[in-house]
Amino acid sequence: MQSTLRLPKAFSRYRLTLLGLGVALPLVVLLAAGSGAYAIAPQDIPRVLWERENPAYAVLTSVRFPRVLLAVMAGALLALSGAVMQGLFRNPLADPGLIGVSAGAALGAAVFIVALPGAGALEVYALPLIAFVGGLLATLAVWALASSGGRVQVLTLLLAGIALNALAGALIGLLVSRATDEQLRSLTFWTLGGYSGATWSLLAATAPTALLSLWGLLRLSRPLNALVLGESEAFHLGVNLEPFKRKAVALAALAVGTAVAAAGSVGFIGLVAPHLFRLLAGPDHRHLLPGSVLLGAILSVLADLIARTAAAPAELPVGVVTSLLGAPFFIALLLRFKREAAR
Amino acid sequence: MLEARALSFQVGQRHLLEGVSFGLEAGEVLGVLGPNGAGKSTLLRLLSGEERPSSGEVWLLGKALSAYTATELALLRSVLTQRRDLSFPFTAYEVAFLGRLPHLERRPEYPRDHQATTHALDLTQASALSHRKYPTLSGGEQSRVDLARVLAQEPRLLLLDEPTNHLDPRHQVEVLQLCRRLAREGWAVVTVLHDLNLAALFCDRVLLLHQGTVVALGTPQEVFEPERLEQVYGLPFALTQHPSGRPWVMPLG
Repeated sequence: MQSTLRLPKAFSRYRLTLLGLGVALPLVVLLAAGSGAYAIAPQDIPRVLWERENPAYAVLTSVRFPRVLLAVMAGALLALSGAVMQGLFRNPLADPGLIGVSAGAALGAAVFIVALPGAGALEVYALPLIAFVGGLLATLAVWALASSGGRVQVLTLLLAGIALNALAGALIGLLVSRATDEQLRSLTFWTLGGYSGATWSLLAATAPTALLSLWGLLRLSRPLNALVLGESEAFHLGVNLEPFKRKAVALAALAVGTAVAAAGSVGFIGLVAPHLFRLLAGPDHRHLLPGSVLLGAILSVLADLIARTAAAPAELPVGVVTSLLGAPFFIALLLRFKREAAR
Repeated sequence: MLEARALSFQVGQRHLLEGVSFGLEAGEVLGVLGPNGAGKSTLLRLLSGEERPSSGEVWLLGKALSAYTATELALLRSVLTQRRDLSFPFTAYEVAFLGRLPHLERRPEYPRDHQATTHALDLTQASALSHRKYPTLSGGEQSRVDLARVLAQEPRLLLLDEPTNHLDPRHQVEVLQLCRRLAREGWAVVTVLHDLNLAALFCDRVLLLHQGTVVALGTPQEVFEPERLEQVYGLPFALTQHPSGRPWVMPLG
């Protein structure tokens, strides 16, 4: 009897957290859109947008909103892929970069920047595209390395990802040693990430893959829940494992590839956001996936806000902020796990 | 309901199972016995469809296992494995509710799914554990929650790999009594057991495996001959009778 009485409470914790995050995201977006050299009070933003005459209108629509929306998109994609990868690898410390996408994208970008110096004019459009393709190729390579006879061992996938990350890192290092100062600055943007390149056209170009991967990944919650018990058990519960793994990796590669192509490799959000949601609400993927989308977007917008206001007028790379805040959080998590394991 | 036709399973040059055949009707509890490495768990993996036999075929409800999709199978049979590790700290209730997943493949969640979960937890006497985190439960408590998950799946065939593992004597007996009760309601149960006497008490028939082949298949009375058990287990046995009239064996170390 006790169980039926207390059940709704357990479920409402998920609902409450999702509701809270759903309310917080628009508020954070308004706060970030209002902050900067030209300050606009967040509560005035709807009015400014409505009247369209204020000089603030131009600031909001041409600079702030593209940037904040890019932060929302990248954060959401990274956090959602992180949650899915952690579920797929059955490891809470998995990161979306594990399947090689980020490294491949960075390598693609590095090749473009350093080895094709004449292509500067094409940079705005071609660079994200090359990075995107690089990310997908790297994931394909990892997948091919890990599959044998139509099956993919998740552990081998992990190891192949680590190997490919190391290889890509070495190749990027090789390119860096040949780069000019100017090229180095571009490269740094890629390895640390940042939203300063945001424009409406960039957003429009990345929207299709972003929306497709978001939609596809959000539908994976049930097989991910089954996988919590193990691969055999997931099969016993009706999950068709190989197609599911293919779908999860392909969609995550698409999501991370899109995020990295548009904003460079912003670290830690993909790792931390799902964790934070598990701490706030719980591990059920049906709630964790949408929760990670919201939380990733919030964290990303806040990190960007700090990145461009903390040392104004200079700007920190977003990746530096997320890592500065994310690393201690990660260490705290490790300590917690250590305590729990020792118990 | 379930039919194994000349099942063989080979990994490399090793024959894990060879020519295993038997049939099982609804309402029956079949115990699978044998020493370590006899092929009991392998047999269960073939019966569940997790592995394809190297030769032979498993038939379930008049259809070859390979003709079913994973979801169709999950609606007909559920499997209790011995694995007890969870990658994320789900509560006991959430774990039991996972048994409803195959039902939710093509429809939304109804109150009926939660009723089935609560009922299953009641059956295995695990409802008091509902809100505890699964990883913090004791081995026996985890076993009962897992069994509840398998029951919440509401299959017609239960495949159990040592369901009495980690359980105290009372819960061991209760789990097997539950199997009997489910069989009376029309389920079929295949259970791997190590305890010969529990098998003798609760199984309609037992399948004795040794080195991947069937040594004997029949009622416990028919199968439990001391010479045969000695040949399989490498240990002399004495045979007496349980008060219920069932055979009762004990090893003479």
